[in-house]
Amino acid sequence: MSDNDIAPDPQFKRQMLATLPSLRAFAVSLSGRHDKADDLVQDTIMKAWAKQDSFELGTNMKAWLFTILRNEFYSQMRKHGREVQDSEGTFTERMSTHPEQYGSLDLADFRNALEQLPDDQREAIVLVGASGFAYEEAAEICGCAVGTIKSRVSRARTKLQELLGITGEADYGPDASAAAVTSQAFAG
Amino acid sequence: MTNQSKSLTIQEHGYDASGGLDPNGQISRKLREFYLSVQEEAIPDRFLDLLERLDEAERAQADATGASGPDGAGLRP
Repeated sequence: MSDNDIAPDPQFKRQMLATLPSLRAFAVSLSGRHDKADDLVQDTIMKAWAKQDSFELGTNMKAWLFTILRNEFYSQMRKHGREVQDSEGTFTERMSTHPEQYGSLDLADFRNALEQLPDDQREAIVLVGASGFAYEEAAEICGCAVGTIKSRVSRARTKLQELLGITGEADYGPDASAAAVTSQAFAG
Repeated sequence: MTNQSKSLTIQEHGYDASGGLDPNGQISRKLREFYLSVQEEAIPDRFLDLLERLDEAERAQADATGASGPDGAGLRP
């Protein structure tokens, strides 16, 4: 009939353990907070465990778990709404007091910007740019077309560049007004 | 225009030749740095405990009934 009557497969647990660090990072990316993220991961473990018969060993455990976590995240959001995020409290404060080094980008600033993205763009850029999924896999996890993922990633990049004020080389060279003066000097 | 063709090239490669000035390269690196910083944290004990308990419960159930599947009920702390 089914696999129900055999003892739990140790493979399953091992693979799940191996995926947990990345799954957690995805959860933090989605929810913006560690405490929420860990609750999400816990719910995901429970769900996945209960559904393990529907998982085929040898297929992509990571994508399977990410899909469960993502669905869980959105269903909780629908139920409870998004809480106002001041993720772990201190980013806003650090934002304004941290002097930028020439050409460098503070991690807290980045995190703050990431949180300002719409959910669909954030998950797309995280899945493709950090979790290591191909566009096709990300599309499957998010239940949308590959082209949709691509355009979300691209919009996410543009938005992050705007938020972080890194629009290209001009930002890293001499400041804009100095550059204008320089080019005028040469023009004249 | 030169600017446009340059930015297209950058989009395709993610990094530009100098390895630091391309905005997408900066963003990609920062994104991975952020992700890795969480990923490298130790797995909280609560998850290891949870997996252990799920495992035990399932073994016990398999021994007792020899049939019914796991439902995880009652395990939520």
